[in-house]
Amino acid sequence: MKVTKKDMENVAVLSRLAIPADKEEQYTQQLNDFLEYVDNLSAVPTDDIQPIAHVLPVSNVFREDVVKESLDRQLALSNAPLKDDGYFRVPKVLED
Amino acid sequence: MKLFEQPAHVLHDMLVNKEITSLELTQAVLARIDEVEGDVQAYLTVTRDEALAQAKAVDEKIARGEAIAFLEGIPGAIKDNICTKGVKTTCASKILQKFVPPYDATVVQKLAAQKPVVLGKTNLDEFAMGGSTENSAFHPTHNPWNTDCVPGGSSGGSAAAVAAGTAVWALGSDTGGSIRQPASFCGVVGMKPTYGRVSRYGLVAYASSLDQIGPITKDVTDCANILNIIAGRDEMDSTSIDSPVPDYTKSLVQDVKGLKIGLPKEYFVKGMDPEVEGAVKVAVKQLEALGAEVVEISLPNTDYAISTYYLIAPAEAATNLARYDGVSYGERAEGAADLVEMMTKTRSQYLGEEVKRRIMIGNYALSAGYYDAYYLKALKVRRLVKEDYDKAFKEVDVIICPAAPSVAYKIGEKIDNPLEMYLQDACTVPLNLAGLPGISVPCGYSKDKMPIGMQIIGKALDEETLIRVAYTYEQSQSYHQDRAQLGGK
Amino acid sequence: MSYEAVIGLEIHSELKTKTKIFCGCATSFGAEHNTHVCPVCLGLPGVLPVLNKRVLEFAIKAGLALNCKINNFSKFDRKNYYYPDLPKNWQTSQYDLPICEHGYVDIETSKGKKRIRITRIHMEEDAGKLVHSGNTIKDSETSNVDYNRTGVPLIEIVSEPDMSTPEEARLYMEKVKSILQYIDVSNCKMEEGNLRADLNVSIRPKGSDVLGTRTEMKNINSFKAVEEALEYEIERQEEVLEDGGHVIQETRTWDPDRGVTLSMRSKENAHDYRYMPEPDLVPIITSDEEIEAYRKSLPELPDARQARLESEYGLSSYDAGIITSSRQMAEYFDEVVAAGADAKLAANWIMGDLSKNLNAEGIGIEASPVDAKRLGEMIGLISKGTISSKIAKKVFEEMWKSPDSPEKIVKDKGLVQITDTKAIEAIVDKVIADNPKAVEEYKGGKKKAIGSLVGQVMKQSKGKANPQMVNELLTQKLG
Repeated sequence: MKVTKKDMENVAVLSRLAIPADKEEQYTQQLNDFLEYVDNLSAVPTDDIQPIAHVLPVSNVFREDVVKESLDRQLALSNAPLKDDGYFRVPKVLED
Repeated sequence: MKLFEQPAHVLHDMLVNKEITSLELTQAVLARIDEVEGDVQAYLTVTRDEALAQAKAVDEKIARGEAIAFLEGIPGAIKDNICTKGVKTTCASKILQKFVPPYDATVVQKLAAQKPVVLGKTNLDEFAMGGSTENSAFHPTHNPWNTDCVPGGSSGGSAAAVAAGTAVWALGSDTGGSIRQPASFCGVVGMKPTYGRVSRYGLVAYASSLDQIGPITKDVTDCANILNIIAGRDEMDSTSIDSPVPDYTKSLVQDVKGLKIGLPKEYFVKGMDPEVEGAVKVAVKQLEALGAEVVEISLPNTDYAISTYYLIAPAEAATNLARYDGVSYGERAEGAADLVEMMTKTRSQYLGEEVKRRIMIGNYALSAGYYDAYYLKALKVRRLVKEDYDKAFKEVDVIICPAAPSVAYKIGEKIDNPLEMYLQDACTVPLNLAGLPGISVPCGYSKDKMPIGMQIIGKALDEETLIRVAYTYEQSQSYHQDRAQLGGK
Repeated sequence: MSYEAVIGLEIHSELKTKTKIFCGCATSFGAEHNTHVCPVCLGLPGVLPVLNKRVLEFAIKAGLALNCKINNFSKFDRKNYYYPDLPKNWQTSQYDLPICEHGYVDIETSKGKKRIRITRIHMEEDAGKLVHSGNTIKDSETSNVDYNRTGVPLIEIVSEPDMSTPEEARLYMEKVKSILQYIDVSNCKMEEGNLRADLNVSIRPKGSDVLGTRTEMKNINSFKAVEEALEYEIERQEEVLEDGGHVIQETRTWDPDRGVTLSMRSKENAHDYRYMPEPDLVPIITSDEEIEAYRKSLPELPDARQARLESEYGLSSYDAGIITSSRQMAEYFDEVVAAGADAKLAANWIMGDLSKNLNAEGIGIEASPVDAKRLGEMIGLISKGTISSKIAKKVFEEMWKSPDSPEKIVKDKGLVQITDTKAIEAIVDKVIADNPKAVEEYKGGKKKAIGSLVGQVMKQSKGKANPQMVNELLTQKLG
């Protein structure tokens, strides 16, 4: 087993997901199975291979520094779960 | 053929010749929706009133003697991960169940210039993660050829709608096969253009370096016509390619003489349904008979493509989907004491299992200590996969293989085994990794009369040759004229 | 034990573009909340970023002015963390291939010149703003989010830990600010948060080459706070070590009212930014020719300008340093000189009365009621002998209040210096006659007594008599 319970907890925090206690084992098992599944890559020699982030050779795409119309505020807030006087409202922020 | 069974180019001519009105056509398709949607469930939203109003407007225009564009007045559907201003765009996720975009995707704007009749938004696997449309948070979609079977995915709603006659044409999106595989399962034509050929602006991102929008249609002629409309550079999408858009309908010619087709030996191996393999090989023989030259080629890193894809796509998804946190749009869980708890509860409650699984895989692959072994490794192997194709395309003009290793399977059959499900993408993901265009065209049936799709893969930005080969093959037989007979078996 | 500090700064500077880094929303300060937002900067589903060309231009110029190497190949990355002012829950930034690297600036400390190396400069987007319902974030039950600042372009200038005193840190930041203003890429209005620094500091026994554990103080936005926060933090770390404790690696906040740094009790190790290449933005390729063109477009920078003022006008290094510390002041100086003023007098006036008045009113030199041309003309009047230096102070105060030319003020107020010998002689004679006691003392050998006589003459002439002539006449008449 590559993935420990602690790894799983860490991944859940990074994902902002809660893993129900009764599913913790199942999730850990699934992630382990997955890692085993993709482990075939470790057989590929890649020391001299450059990673590829962009598959096609496009570069230097810019926009001019010209102001475009912003969204009407009401529309900007139209999907907000909670709003207050033109603001998006969120619950208590505990500094982390 | 009934009106709703006709391809767009036939209907366009009928409109121009005043044999029908757009309203008659739209009403016929809406009636078809009323008739079969209960069995197919291709749609998440049907915009009936808007569709009828649009049809009437087009009819008035025709009555005034004005010329109409190709799609003008012809009813179609849009996958529900493509943003439509003022019309709910849910990505088949509970977290966006009430989300109404304040803007249109670039493809929607381009379509709008043609004034088509948009019937609504089609079902998909939640956030396009899946290959069966069973991962929709709302309901599965059923295959019109056998409603007990999946339509494929993630653009299952779009493919099923076109196959069932509840849409004349549709747009889908393809990250690892999500247009080509459902097209193959539903016996219709689906094309994933070259990465960057069609703007992604307004396509809700799953894996940004792989996603591409494309048409799902009843035949290759419609495919070429719709590609003409949606292709081209967009100033809102930095990754869209600044290269002239040819008139793809000029490639609708029956000529493959001297064309070199590569058959990758790695695709015709383990796990491939012999019926599928057989049908594709027969189709390739047909092309050979029409004058093409067929050679066996090797794409040696094909075996690594699935693993590479399933590391890169979830990693990109993990960050792309971090925004669904209940802060400024989408659902928010009740009763959280503080912000972190609110975000965590919201995501846990409103995202589906497969989406959560991929987010966690992605975050694991990107996290400190594992980045090099997984994510970075995958980026390196991605280069090798791409180089396989670069090399192959020095020798051949197109590559042909199945669009999926099997025909459509029963709903529920694979849903509990994600890894087996991932294997279903073996034929389609390598192209996405390499950014290449691919098209699936119907090429036969299984003994249970389920459609089989042949995938034609082209060089980057060479959709013209794809269309030419696909069209030549299509016109040499009649699969594109077959229509799904709804019902379970 | 005696310790030394090791200090490094990460300076964030907002760039003065018209629009945000990845969308066309305006960047102007002080707009109604959530009105400078669009689907892109709100991070709505489906949106994509497109880089503002000017951001790249400004970043390259900053890099060149800070003596950096500009990378021919550069790209953007996603820095992933969750915060409600960050709508996508990642910040688009640059990780392993920033636009600029390996630069430096020289600072003039009380102990001489020192070179501070710059590790890198990268481009990134700013976050939005949280408005808390309570007085502080801790006692707020809810917070409101304003996304107007989300996506405003920033450059982050990361220094090597080359500074060893709070003074050096302040001087470094002042120098960086001055350079950014010279090249006109940032407003550097610290009160608006345009320019702010994260301070990293650790201490170690003097002479040691092992680094101690560092703490970080984020978003410090005044030079005074930079110095004070570092002074406090260095002292605090020394006390911790002296008491046999360990410094904990953490982020601390600076409370300027109480003059202390406070632990934020952070779970620092929970931060794992999971950087990944930004797939929605394409690489930036800059040719050597383009870089050279940017280099040629740069204005004269502070160090070169200071050297020029020293060699061209014979200003002292100190004076030239102050005059060139801001581009506005240096340009003002050049204009004063161009209006005909003697350079040394010009420097004295700018650093003296002008600065005093500007400071008293809290305004910048660019908003000075006395513009450079008028000051130059006034200094010209001194050089010509039309007014004395003393009268010039009066003229200057009048100029501060009225837009009139110095000539007009001198004429209207009758401030022209009296150089007519006869007129001065008459006053001198009267003063000698009226002050027999002082005359007596002078003649008795108390030469200093002439001072009070000169004073009397000046007073009676209302300050307008040429002081040199008064002196000469008195000496002559008293024999």
